[in-house]
Amino acid sequence: MKRDAMLLVQALRDPASTAALDAEGWTALIAMARAEQLIGTLAHRLKSESTPPKVSEILSDARINAEYQRRSALWEADCAARALADYPGKIVLLKGTAYVAAGLKAGEGRHIGDLDIMVARENLLQVESALIEKGGWEWVKEDPYDDAYYREHMHELPPLIHKERDRMIDVHHTILPPTARPTPDAEAMLNDAIYLDSVRPEPVEGQLAWERSASTSSTRTDRICVLSPPDMICHSAAHLFADGDLAGGLRNLWDIHRLLEEYGSDNFWAALAERAEHHQLTEPLERAARLAHQLYGTDIPKDLKRWHRQDKWYIRRLTARDGWGRPTRKITRLAFYVRSHWLRMPPLMLARHLWTKWRRGRTVR
Amino acid sequence: MHEFRVQVGPAAFRIGSVWRRPIEQLAELYRDYSTPDIANFSVRLESPSLVRRYLRRSVTIDGDYMLPDAVPLPFDQALLAAEMGMNLQMALGWRRHLLLHASAVERGGKVLVMTGLSGSGKSTLSALLGHNGWRFMGDEFVLIDPESGHAVPFPRMISLKNEAIGAMQAAVPDGRFGLLMAGTPKGDIRHLVPPCDAVAAMDQSAPPALLLFPSFGLASAVREVAPAETFMRMTQASTNYVVLGETGFRTMTRFVKSVPARAIDYQSSEEAIALVDKLWEQLA
Repeated sequence: MKRDAMLLVQALRDPASTAALDAEGWTALIAMARAEQLIGTLAHRLKSESTPPKVSEILSDARINAEYQRRSALWEADCAARALADYPGKIVLLKGTAYVAAGLKAGEGRHIGDLDIMVARENLLQVESALIEKGGWEWVKEDPYDDAYYREHMHELPPLIHKERDRMIDVHHTILPPTARPTPDAEAMLNDAIYLDSVRPEPVEGQLAWERSASTSSTRTDRICVLSPPDMICHSAAHLFADGDLAGGLRNLWDIHRLLEEYGSDNFWAALAERAEHHQLTEPLERAARLAHQLYGTDIPKDLKRWHRQDKWYIRRLTARDGWGRPTRKITRLAFYVRSHWLRMPPLMLARHLWTKWRRGRTVR
Repeated sequence: MHEFRVQVGPAAFRIGSVWRRPIEQLAELYRDYSTPDIANFSVRLESPSLVRRYLRRSVTIDGDYMLPDAVPLPFDQALLAAEMGMNLQMALGWRRHLLLHASAVERGGKVLVMTGLSGSGKSTLSALLGHNGWRFMGDEFVLIDPESGHAVPFPRMISLKNEAIGAMQAAVPDGRFGLLMAGTPKGDIRHLVPPCDAVAAMDQSAPPALLLFPSFGLASAVREVAPAETFMRMTQASTNYVVLGETGFRTMTRFVKSVPARAIDYQSSEEAIALVDKLWEQLA
């Protein structure tokens, strides 16, 4: 089967196009969507399409699953907020949990794994000890090198896992590793983070955005925030291009597509561009906008539509998936993997890091 | 990728393998099952590296749903790998029904459900009963329909372990058995094709009428299990109870309230079958 994940991109972009799929095509589409963790999103997109009975069953299962993920993500956020009841600062939800908590389109059907939150850097230790002492989280693995690495060079604490619920929490103090070249202004992000009840004035599906999630929480939701819309998009773009090998890229790009759909207007684009520049994220933002436009048909300003020479490599990488859900294009993937490390740390540090990891890999074996 | 598709109860699987042989073995064992077009789940049998595809071959289980850090199996155990892959998809991905880790047989339009830890004998018992006047519905998963409360069959290959292999060979001398896989992580394993009527009726669900918690080893005994205990044990036996949320709770409470439950101890299969017959007469 000669197919790549353009099949999935097409189905998300234009749900009606799936009418042309045969059994083979549907099976491939479903395998790809699962592999890219976009099956819930796809299920949401195809809600009103008429699909073969088998496909309807599969998509309905995916919606049940997405609803479960939404519910447990909000529950985790609530548990964290309760553990941090004595913490006076803002607790900013990031990524998937933020989208569903704020009732944004980007959250519809979205796969949500770990809980990601951001707090002020100077309060990291306070937050960490409250989560451990009052919340029941603990270190995932005690490894002196990893621990020191996270604390010195990363934008987040080493991951914590909950003792009973087996769920992870990542506590961030900024959105990119301090060793990466762009240095976003985390303080400004925190300052501008908005309280959940004021995110979206208009109701979502007959309810106010926070109403649904508020029903699970009676205590102090007032300190729970999400990033302002421009910062949310900047974070998403930074996460996609400046901090990783594009694993899960189609999903992250879909987030950006939906956020831009939700907020995009001429005024908004101007504010977004200004904000991205302030965070030194103009390049990733523009690339995200171009690729979202290319793949998902996002409406973007005309002057951003200049095609960039490297973009086709990104598209090759993003769609590197076959009809069995297997990763393809190994060399392209490897190149992006190397690039991710290159972007994340200066060369000497990278060499030291890889050397330590390699030596440890050998002794473990 | 060599490919095989099979319909087991309501679930359609697509199994791919980089080698031809496991696919041929599956096709032979599942020859009486129907072939679906669109698959609920894809399972892939792959080699951990290019070298391991040809030399000291070993099989990794991949698919739509995977466990991190799963250890590859030797090539001779490819059938087990396929079975584990299929089970994993059901356990992690199936949402239409409340999924119970249990075996089930049907008689007179009513279902006997048996659940317990591995080694309790639920699988062997269901296989024995399935060849003795009952319809075999499944030895691994029983699916409970949230709408009707009925048990939906999932009659995949019966997976016999250790002593159960010899016992079933004696009980069903003309049964169709797969290759013996010795020394797997679960001990010796051999598959047995379910009886024809089980396969032919794999789309026919029926209401559950009795729940048993069998336990092999102690002298013959029967103990009533109260609904609260049943509920707790059943939530542990379900892989998707939590994910189904309110639907899961409704389906589970309905099951627990309407189905009488007993724990039974037994030391031989004759004893177990006699106990089952007696309880079935009294309660179902």
